[in-house]
Amino acid sequence: MGEKHVVSGNIAAAYGAKLCRPSVVSAYPITPQTTIVEKIADFVNNGEMDCEYIRVESEHSALSACFGAEAAGVRTFTATSSQGLALMHEILYGCSGARLPINMAIVNRTLAAPINIMAEWNDAMPERDSGWLIQWCESGQEVLDTIIMNYRVGEDKQVLLPQFCCMDAFILSHTYEPVDIPLQKEVDDFLPPLELEYILDVNKPICIHPLCDDRYTPEFRWGQEKAMQNARQTILKVGEEFYEKFGRRYGNGLLEEYKMDGAEVALVTMGANVSTARIVVDEMRKRKIAVGLIKVKSFRPFPIAELRETAKKVSVIGVLERCASFGMGGPLYTDLRSAIYGLKSQPLAIGFVAGLGGRDINKNTVERCYEVMLETAKTGKVPSNFVQNGELYYNHIDARKE
Amino acid sequence: MSEKIPINIIELPETEYFESGHTACAGCGGALAVRQAMKILGDKTIVYTPACCLLVFGSTYPLNAWRTPFFQCAFENSAAVAAGVAAALKRKGINDVNAVVFAGDGGTVDIGLQAISGAAERNDNVLYICYDNEAYGNTGMQRSGATPFGAWTTTTPVGTIIKGKTEHKKDFPRIMISHSIPYVATATVAFWRDYMQKVARAKDMRGFRYLHVLSPCPVGWRASTGDTIKLSRLAVETGLWILYECDHGAFRFTGPSRLIAEGMKQRKPVKEYLQLQGRFRHLTDKDIALIQEWIDKNWQEYSKFAASTKG
Repeated sequence: MGEKHVVSGNIAAAYGAKLCRPSVVSAYPITPQTTIVEKIADFVNNGEMDCEYIRVESEHSALSACFGAEAAGVRTFTATSSQGLALMHEILYGCSGARLPINMAIVNRTLAAPINIMAEWNDAMPERDSGWLIQWCESGQEVLDTIIMNYRVGEDKQVLLPQFCCMDAFILSHTYEPVDIPLQKEVDDFLPPLELEYILDVNKPICIHPLCDDRYTPEFRWGQEKAMQNARQTILKVGEEFYEKFGRRYGNGLLEEYKMDGAEVALVTMGANVSTARIVVDEMRKRKIAVGLIKVKSFRPFPIAELRETAKKVSVIGVLERCASFGMGGPLYTDLRSAIYGLKSQPLAIGFVAGLGGRDINKNTVERCYEVMLETAKTGKVPSNFVQNGELYYNHIDARKE
Repeated sequence: MSEKIPINIIELPETEYFESGHTACAGCGGALAVRQAMKILGDKTIVYTPACCLLVFGSTYPLNAWRTPFFQCAFENSAAVAAGVAAALKRKGINDVNAVVFAGDGGTVDIGLQAISGAAERNDNVLYICYDNEAYGNTGMQRSGATPFGAWTTTTPVGTIIKGKTEHKKDFPRIMISHSIPYVATATVAFWRDYMQKVARAKDMRGFRYLHVLSPCPVGWRASTGDTIKLSRLAVETGLWILYECDHGAFRFTGPSRLIAEGMKQRKPVKEYLQLQGRFRHLTDKDIALIQEWIDKNWQEYSKFAASTKG
């Protein structure tokens, strides 16, 4: 058993990284991620963490240095937010294409304009096609645990992909809560030292990240897709092992159902919203209203099979997300619709975009989503397209018309 | 002042660590710069190359001219990636392997400036060699910060009103000297012994080391493919390119530039260098006089600098 500490999400991330013994950490400050790399600096300078810490001059260089170090065969860690992630964008594709299992914590923050440091998922969403594993967290504890599990999944020989651990700016990153910090020995037992087969080694020279034309590139791409497919099984397996070792689990690792038994409508969401939605569901259930909740933990790979299975149970499914894909609702919504397409008992789907720029998603917001879904279930008609309603925007596309 | 490291052509290894069979253009000064350096650096080297000609002609999957580990990542981050390699080597307790960057001038003096300045300021354990062909060669000769005044490039064409580049070459090695790194040197392929001595010296140092190698590009400079060495030599003899090293802050001219600096040799008129290249064909006598003036001024500045930091 570890020790309980009251820490913020960012500090939990720093502890998670420390416990995984990265050899090289390379990072650059950005609000609201900064306290992660500050804490790691404390660890290093106080002799609590034994690693090379490269204090680079930009996020672009932060990920680039991780790229070089990981290619040379050592475990790496970095963290960023928002504009910093956007600056890294170019290098993200290099990491996944070169199959380097770099671990990154992302504190999801609004991308300018307007300039805003509060929570929004629109920084990570554009990276959904970058070939990184993307896991979303609900609590500081989950952040710490996910960073550890991410290394295990990403470094698996069947996977070899870099990983994001996402958390909402301030709502998670700066909120203090009790977090169980595992013992170093426990994590050492769970996460063996990194052993990559293909590295920059003068005794066995190879070429990494070569120039490639159309005769070979599709095979590299197919390898990435297979790795992402393999990651599903690896995530399930690692989730089980983590539960056995540490007694904590997050659904099946890809998705968690909450009070879905007998649910008439269900809300799909991610991150800190899930906690708020749990309370709303509990309260509505007390009032004998048949509502359920689905938490997507793994955004990439996307839990397609699990979502299809659970979506069958309801007549209306809603998606609540803190991001927008202008002109097409929201990215989680479109992915959900895509995943459930063709089900015999396909529910109506409604996308709710809320909490942009860090505006509070509170119990009322979530309850409003359920009200719209329940109304839709009753009438069989979804409300008109893109209605702005205070804190909430919602849109719909009638799934059954297809 | 560190001792001169004797370079004897007979004692150089027969092994090519950058193999023949690569696809560089005939007369490529860059390929020569890499080959010469690799003779000295040897197999205890991990090579990083950003997007540049060398990436394309040295390694196109599944072909590869490198006998050492070789990799690429992007364009502007060479020094940061190599810093990552150096950190990993340190963690592994490997002390006899060099993390080396070979990068073009665009990837170094323009888009790569931030990363190289960061790595130099941190004194990361990287040997960075810029092979300077004075333009973005890989994309078909566009102007870079290293392109000299007056030169035609595809983005500084010879128009009816504006003819060639209107600004002088960025003095990048001086910027690197300002970072107070252990070693900065300039070189060019014609004076191979001078160049190899500098590589040998840098090879055994620790910290951030920077070499800037003028590497004629006959295709882009619109010169005869047989004139690479001649151009490289004339660049130094006319004083347009100055050979020197700055070893832990101690500056000294080397090779023919030393003779020029000591007054033992006269600089040739720059016209001798310019007239061999189609990229300068349009220059008027007035333009050439401007370049000559720039060279004179540059020498004054360097002589002053040398006197103030004499090694």
